[in-house]
Amino acid sequence: MAKPMHATPMLDQLESGPWPSFVTGLKRLANDNDMMVDLLGQLETSYETRKGYWKGGTVGVIGYGGGIIPRFTELKGADGKPKFPAAAEFHTLRVMPPPGMHYDTNTIRKFCDIWEKYGSGLIAFHGQSGDIMFQGCTSENVQPAFDEINEMGFDLGGAGPAVRTGMSCVGAARCEQSCIDEGRTMRALVNNALDDMHRPALPYKFKYKVSGCPNDCMNSVQRADLAVIGTWRDDMKVDQEEVKAYVAKAGRKYTIDNVITRCPTQALSLNDDDTLAVDNKSCVRCMHCINVMTKALSPGDDKGITLLCGGKRTLKIGDLMGTVIVPFHKLESDEDFEWLEELASEILEFFADNALEHERTGEMIERIGLTNFLEGVGLEIDPNMIERPRMNPYVRTDDWDEEAAKWSERASA
Amino acid sequence: MADAPRMPDECGVPDIQDYLHPVLKKNYGNWKWHDRPRPGVLHHVAHSGDEIWTVRAGTQRQMDLYTIRKLMDIADQFAEGYVRFTIRSNIEFMLSEESKVQPLIDKLQAEGFPIGGTGNSVSMISHTQGWLHCDIPGTDASGAVKALMDELYHEFTHEEMPNRVRMTTSCCQINCGGQGDIAINIQHTKPPKIDHTQVANICERPAVVARCPVAAIRPALVNGKPSLEVDERKCICCGACFPPCPPMQINDPEHSKLAIWVGGKNSNARSKPTFHKLVAAGLPNNPPRWPEVAEVVKNILKVYKEDARDWERLGEWAERIGWARFFEKTGLPFTKYHIDNWRGSRNNLNASAHIRF
Repeated sequence: MAKPMHATPMLDQLESGPWPSFVTGLKRLANDNDMMVDLLGQLETSYETRKGYWKGGTVGVIGYGGGIIPRFTELKGADGKPKFPAAAEFHTLRVMPPPGMHYDTNTIRKFCDIWEKYGSGLIAFHGQSGDIMFQGCTSENVQPAFDEINEMGFDLGGAGPAVRTGMSCVGAARCEQSCIDEGRTMRALVNNALDDMHRPALPYKFKYKVSGCPNDCMNSVQRADLAVIGTWRDDMKVDQEEVKAYVAKAGRKYTIDNVITRCPTQALSLNDDDTLAVDNKSCVRCMHCINVMTKALSPGDDKGITLLCGGKRTLKIGDLMGTVIVPFHKLESDEDFEWLEELASEILEFFADNALEHERTGEMIERIGLTNFLEGVGLEIDPNMIERPRMNPYVRTDDWDEEAAKWSERASA
Repeated sequence: MADAPRMPDECGVPDIQDYLHPVLKKNYGNWKWHDRPRPGVLHHVAHSGDEIWTVRAGTQRQMDLYTIRKLMDIADQFAEGYVRFTIRSNIEFMLSEESKVQPLIDKLQAEGFPIGGTGNSVSMISHTQGWLHCDIPGTDASGAVKALMDELYHEFTHEEMPNRVRMTTSCCQINCGGQGDIAINIQHTKPPKIDHTQVANICERPAVVARCPVAAIRPALVNGKPSLEVDERKCICCGACFPPCPPMQINDPEHSKLAIWVGGKNSNARSKPTFHKLVAAGLPNNPPRWPEVAEVVKNILKVYKEDARDWERLGEWAERIGWARFFEKTGLPFTKYHIDNWRGSRNNLNASAHIRF
């Protein structure tokens, strides 16, 4: 039996309504958990004053420089003592889940047992970074909690100026649109950079995200420093009998209005016999028609990846999308994976050497120009990297002939 | 001699193959097609002929042990001992027999878990930590999301939207919640109040100066102590100085407002990916249920639902009908603050005679 509950009239209002209530969960934990009683007290205070009361600090585990998010209360009385002492330390362990966030129930039950022993009993599946977040731990219990989680074969994720926890979609495990082995790809990228994850020493954060197709369910283009997106370069596959069946069911008008005319490059046409004509040279692999006609249409067989670099949100210079740095590469053989790991290391190293403090890859590329970045990491230019050619004359073209010769040489290779 | 400390096993990301449902493992990379028998249920068919039914349920994301163990009990009893989570904290149960689908749904619903979030529904709102755990939050995350999902419950459990709707919330302008069809983000409206007694003790001043996107911060001596000062005419109230220097107090119970952004889209389907755009601001930070925010969000969703064409994402709909009509139809005021003046802003102006009348 824990200490008596604080009155929480504001939070109580979040117990009603049909959506599952985290407040009800916190209260249930508080029945026999002093830390949760006081956590509720501090959270209620935040709801009343509309202010946050946590500050960071330095808490870690032996051997690592990151992965724990320390939180100490700043809500103190006139005597300088915490108003809610049992929750005065409320740290989070960021732990990397299996790719695609697949679990057997035994694993999650073990997590629960460990967290019941050492923590508050509050776990988030998952944080925005993609981690399992074990929330609410005293400084003293961080190490033993980590040790037991680590013994299970799980490792801390990233925090601070470091390689961050990666994310990959459900992918090949349960999606016919998957063009690559997303789980292997994400794991290869992150596990290739564990030193830069566990010992934060980069200019700023660096994120890998892996989506198996251009639907990009992991939001990699908007969030990842290195976005890996599955695609294909041969013709997409069309089962004409299924096309006919779809048209028969959905109707010709619906098919034209929702599939044919929605193609961004007008690569589709409905034949008079209700089969589909595809101009694959114009297709940009946007996925729309495949999303709509899941049974009739699917990606081609010659699958691989497109790599984009530099996605990020606002701070400091404004939002940036990742942009193409490798239009296509196969990702099947061990050699392909080695190539990807080497390129990723090259990019990480270039970032570490050339970015300013607190500058993301996208900002660095904006500052130095894409061409300089590509030269730095050893990638060749490609017209698929641009939306349109330059529209201003502010460039020196002294060695135009030499550069044009390079292109001709590559084209004839 | 004392025992040597245990050093971490730097094992990194686990192997996905060790955690997969047997049917997913067997058919890894060999799926053929899928359909959605009802909202909240996916049905995938493999080239091998194997089938798997997935039941998706909403969770509160911040879960207590009892809730998690209950979900694991359900998974053991009805779903073959495996689960996965989506990027939006929905839990998924995989079933190898169709006959198990309805009993599982009945059980989940009886335990209070909504079934849905698939296809053209409003899925769970991806969110941040807020007052519960963040060191720099302007508002709460879990509470705002709980309040909104209560209001949007029908849209989670039904597939009635023109296309999928992905929403996010963020407790500061760093926007950890990410891009969304609708994003609800803190927008500060006053420059930071500086605790000059603390700056020199806590902050690395040149680093703070360097963080400011508009160069509005400079070192200064205040009451004889080294501190920082802000040129309030230049300050855009973004809060970038606050994380590296907590004495730059940007959060304000009254003046940290909420803004609504629409039209973010990560998918390449049809149109290229886009960032969300500001449509409303100045909404009060009003716990525990943020009713003013819910009203604006529900109104935008209602108009989108009525007016957009099938498969049109919110941003694609706004681009087709034009932003003038978006503001007309939603009744949201159009202000000078909607007109971009940041770098590259002219790309966001109408450089044509394309006007809808």
